[in-house]
Amino acid sequence: MADQNGSHKNVPKPSFVNDPKVRGIFYQLVVMAIIVAFVVVVAQNTAANLAAQNKSTGFDFFSQSSGFDIFFTLIPYDRASSYWDAFVVGMLNTLLVSVIGVFLATLLGFTLGIARLSNNWIIAKMAMVYVETLRNIPLLLQLFFWYTAILKTMPNVKQSFEWFGSIFVNKRGIYFPKPVPDDIFNWVILAFFIAIAGAFLLKHWAKKRLENTGQRFPVFWASIGIIIIFPALVWLVSGANLSFDVPILKGFNYKGGLVLPPEFMALLLGLVLYTAAFIAEIVRSGIVAVEKGQTEAAQSLGLKDGDRLRLVIIPQAMRVIVPPLTSQFLNLTKNSSLAAAIGYPDLVSVFMQTTLNQTGRAVEIVFVTMMVYLTLSLLTSAYMNWYNSRVAMVVR
Amino acid sequence: MKNKIVTLALSATMGLMATTAMAGTLEDVVAKGYVQCGVTTGVAGFALPDADNKWAGLDVDYCKALASAIFNDADAVRYTPLNSTERFAAMSSGEVDLLSRVTTWTMSRDTQLGMNFVGTMFYDGQGFMVRKDSGITSPSELSGAAVCIQTGTTTELNAADYFAANNLEFTPVVFVDRDEVVKAYEDGRCDVYTTDASGLAANRTKFAVPSDHVILSEIISKEPLAPVVRQGDDTWFNVARWTYFALLNAEELGVTSANVDEMLGSDNPSVKRLLGVEGDFGTPLGLNKDWAYQIIKNVGNYSEIYERNVGVNTPLGLERGVNALWTQGGIQYAPPIR
Repeated sequence: MADQNGSHKNVPKPSFVNDPKVRGIFYQLVVMAIIVAFVVVVAQNTAANLAAQNKSTGFDFFSQSSGFDIFFTLIPYDRASSYWDAFVVGMLNTLLVSVIGVFLATLLGFTLGIARLSNNWIIAKMAMVYVETLRNIPLLLQLFFWYTAILKTMPNVKQSFEWFGSIFVNKRGIYFPKPVPDDIFNWVILAFFIAIAGAFLLKHWAKKRLENTGQRFPVFWASIGIIIIFPALVWLVSGANLSFDVPILKGFNYKGGLVLPPEFMALLLGLVLYTAAFIAEIVRSGIVAVEKGQTEAAQSLGLKDGDRLRLVIIPQAMRVIVPPLTSQFLNLTKNSSLAAAIGYPDLVSVFMQTTLNQTGRAVEIVFVTMMVYLTLSLLTSAYMNWYNSRVAMVVR
Repeated sequence: MKNKIVTLALSATMGLMATTAMAGTLEDVVAKGYVQCGVTTGVAGFALPDADNKWAGLDVDYCKALASAIFNDADAVRYTPLNSTERFAAMSSGEVDLLSRVTTWTMSRDTQLGMNFVGTMFYDGQGFMVRKDSGITSPSELSGAAVCIQTGTTTELNAADYFAANNLEFTPVVFVDRDEVVKAYEDGRCDVYTTDASGLAANRTKFAVPSDHVILSEIISKEPLAPVVRQGDDTWFNVARWTYFALLNAEELGVTSANVDEMLGSDNPSVKRLLGVEGDFGTPLGLNKDWAYQIIKNVGNYSEIYERNVGVNTPLGLERGVNALWTQGGIQYAPPIR
């Protein structure tokens, strides 16, 4: 060993031109220069061509007023708002359906994946039929199907389904009473979050106690109790008032309250049911990837079925599940762009269709839209990679 | 839908890559032997494949007139059905030679998109259609209504303007495809369907029971529907524009596809100039001397086109109204050929 080290030291330093490190850096610089030059040429060529076609270019349109209305917005918006506001409305609508969609698809997907491995023949086969049907039909068709199904089956406004005199369902959507909290009610909301934090602490304490003494504590029910009782107490004591804005039938339609339009329901339903089929397969593959010996070992330790799944199988399965699960989350987000087909005002519908048409800035708008989806995808990936590094196999 | 987004993205990219030499459309058209005409994805009376699966309609006949002027062949046209969101991108990228697809002439489109509008083939205005049993007779009763609209149209802006100006609330439900808009209205998603009045009449013919729906008489906007060519190609612009004028002049002079051969012997100098019997107005345009004769022989004059596609004897049943010639109380007017 000493000899080898010695001989290394004796090798004459290569000339500057032949140094592999210098060469490496040189080639990387060349490649980078070529890429930058290519981008610059494309950008200049684009600008020149657009100018030659007598087209207006640039991003100044963002500050102009849009002139069109959008019927489902999370922020205040009307025809006098700017194109930037329209862009934000579209982006928030995309985010809304994506976030809720990812959450529900994960829940349903895990349930279905586990159901497919059930010992109960009927449950397993039903899950199989679901997965094979839903994932083999194009999503766009499914969206059209759900949208038409909702419109065809729901009643007209005047014949709305009604519950408790305050929830109404018809072709225009689902109408809920809108909670209108007063100022003191903020304390109740604060209490709610404190209770959630308390539940986490309780879980931590219960785990410690289980490890130390072997005694179990009913964490789930206790947490539910804390989360309900503590804010309720604050509500009663503080005298906070929560009134409701109940939708009322006026002329053509219900006014007031909160409304979930059928476009949103159809899109969410389509995305969730479709993506859940894929997630189910990923979950199944993850569970099957855990060796049977683990199940047998857990059983021989006397773990209950639920504990076996929760403590032994799922943690090991997650290592296989998480990376492909990330792809499904990205797919769901990107697939939400099909919204334009059924009239849900998402980013593509509001920005890449309507705004693009009214302003004619095709290159700018397509670029910005792509950047938004890219950013959303990269953020999702970054989060999932962080999560993956937590659940990944630790080599001991 | 996905396909359409791909098309849009593709045409945007093609816009990037296309060379700056956009001029010379007439040479290109003559070289390839046909006119590539952008039409709607299907509006009865304007552009819709007929029973023989051949495109027919007012917009289509204009394309045929143009092809007749250039090639003496009304069938030297290929059609590209385009959505309202795709149309201008398809023009910019050079995918089509012209748009003849119920496109409203507006200032921003004329000045910002690199387009030129040829001339108003059809004077239209935005109207509303409602169900008969709703009992609505005027748009002012539409407060709180859900309104089905096609995206990327002037309709979307006009509706927002109208409801804001009249202090009415409304819910715009916006779709990319015209068929989706009509279906959503028919399924009861909306109380109102709004588009150009001619489009309302055209789509009403597709309903199961057309008489269940009424078109309100009030018109809320000006919608001059005009063929579109790319800006910066004056030769092609002239050809497109004088094809349109030839149709009007022929009607004004009483020249029809039936009597055009007879009219070749007319003593009227205006008719002689139109048909190329006296003087040569075709060559300076880059066409043959008998260009207008070919148009009328193959396609007919403006009146024939109108009555054949959208007139009172068609399912659309539209009166000439403002689309009559200026000599008959309308506003269709063409500069003289001399």
